[in-house]
Amino acid sequence: MEKKILFANIDDPGQPEIDTYISKGGYESFKKVLKEMKPEEVIEEVKKSGLRGRGGAGFPAGMKWSFVPKDSPKPKYLVCNGDESEPGTCKDRVLMEHDPHLVVEGMAIAAYAIGANHAFIYIRGEFDHPANQMRKAIGQAYDKGYLGKNILGTGYDLEMIVHTGGGAYICGEETALLNSLEGKPGQTRIRPPFPAVEGLYACPTVVNNVETLSNVSLIIKNGGEWYASIGTEKSTGTRIFCLSGHVKNPGNYELELGTPLSYLINDLGGRVIDGKKLKAIIPGGSSTPILLPDKIDTPLDFESIAQAGSMLGSGGVIVMHEDTDMVWVARTLAHFYMHESCGECTPCRQGTKWIYDILSRITFGEGKMDDIDLLLDLCDNIDGKTICPLGDAAVIPIRSTINLFRNEYEYYIKTGKPLVNNKFMSFV
Amino acid sequence: MALSTESIDAIKEAAARYPHKKSAILPALTIAYRQIGYLYDDLYIEVADAIGVSPNEVASAATFYTMFPKQKVGKYLIQVCTNISCGLMGAESLKEYLLKKLNVKEGGISEDGLFTVVSVECLGSCTTAPMMQVNQTYYENLTKEKVDEILNDLREKG
Repeated sequence: MEKKILFANIDDPGQPEIDTYISKGGYESFKKVLKEMKPEEVIEEVKKSGLRGRGGAGFPAGMKWSFVPKDSPKPKYLVCNGDESEPGTCKDRVLMEHDPHLVVEGMAIAAYAIGANHAFIYIRGEFDHPANQMRKAIGQAYDKGYLGKNILGTGYDLEMIVHTGGGAYICGEETALLNSLEGKPGQTRIRPPFPAVEGLYACPTVVNNVETLSNVSLIIKNGGEWYASIGTEKSTGTRIFCLSGHVKNPGNYELELGTPLSYLINDLGGRVIDGKKLKAIIPGGSSTPILLPDKIDTPLDFESIAQAGSMLGSGGVIVMHEDTDMVWVARTLAHFYMHESCGECTPCRQGTKWIYDILSRITFGEGKMDDIDLLLDLCDNIDGKTICPLGDAAVIPIRSTINLFRNEYEYYIKTGKPLVNNKFMSFV
Repeated sequence: MALSTESIDAIKEAAARYPHKKSAILPALTIAYRQIGYLYDDLYIEVADAIGVSPNEVASAATFYTMFPKQKVGKYLIQVCTNISCGLMGAESLKEYLLKKLNVKEGGISEDGLFTVVSVECLGSCTTAPMMQVNQTYYENLTKEKVDEILNDLREKG
């Protein structure tokens, strides 16, 4: 069901102002950790909550924090990942725009927990308004004494910096993000060493997604057990799902994990537009396998979606109706991964281009029947053979559309025309 | 010198914020392209001097990120998202409409020098599709009427 904990104040136009945020109990959690809790206790509380990363991989946040070596003489860094670029995903932007102090407070608590005196928020370059909202909020937090030197007389120092990127999808991957934050091209790093040991400027670093960190002040305020009581046993809490595509009421909806996908699409989304039939659902951003309508009752939690053959990913739920050409879907996404491949690993750099070229050939009416197996062969030669998961992600829409809609490929190749003609909103 | 004193000061201020000044390269490139409109080789030298890094380091970063235009564009750069969610809501036809209405080829500059239209990958505006970004501003839930109004307003502003 819908459960607004992150979105509790999202509709209040005054929420980005620090006085409004404070009047609702804001920054109390940060005060509490500074005055009453040791960093280890903060990490324990977050571990207890079961909070898992909201960027895509779903790694337990508390565990990630505990990997930072306590005895390292090097400075430690916290980085909040606001690069939000996974097609279908636009939730972090809403948090930064409408409740920026929730993000600032979560970052401050996380920085304290890992012993960092510098926290960065990396925001994709196109997000001008969200970046301005974050800058304003951080400025207000400095003015109130929640950031800067000797915060609230506790001796803890924290500088917080907004960093804007250059609009590259790859920079959502944490090691590429760190290179980008260092002023370099956004290419990925081989792990190990993991960022917790050698991250930003070769120092211990934790990178967490905006939504992940936004949960932190709520966990400190209400307790890890409270958070763990929401959702399912292994997928605790809520998630913001970005419902887009062919539904009547697209939007960002915060749901308790474990809520059926049908509740999101039908009850909140108002079903498929124009009374058309549902054809396919991408449940977690473009890098997650397509689900057919028979999976619409799948509960939205990490385990159930995995069992249904896909992933919860970044929470971008993309709905497609019966008049959607699935070869077009594959080609559109193939273009995206080709464009966003950083060029570091040959299989991804060359393979994504080949995939796009073959799909283009098919849609231009020049496909050959062997092309389908050639595409699958290319997928096998990219998947698992690259440094970062972009290559693995790039093959997902291709395999998924071939597995589920092979007949559309075959028809396209035989006749030079799509089996299903795209019937979308037209401007011309 | 192409960079204004204000831009140079803003770049120096950005560089001072970071533990290592090289981190200021992307924010500095943002300041530079917003002032000039696009990036080019000689500008990398000016940006590098303002930060205190080598021009090669600036060029290496600048050429990787496609968000920074590398050639002259119209006063208003219109970026249409044509990725999946926007595509499902008619983004391709939105782009065709803009090109026709402004009488311009994709990536070109309209005769009055005001407009450039390009298609881009996902801009994180999926639940408000179709959309376009004009310079730094997002315009969402677009309809034909809305697009006409936006273009008229921009033309009036000149």
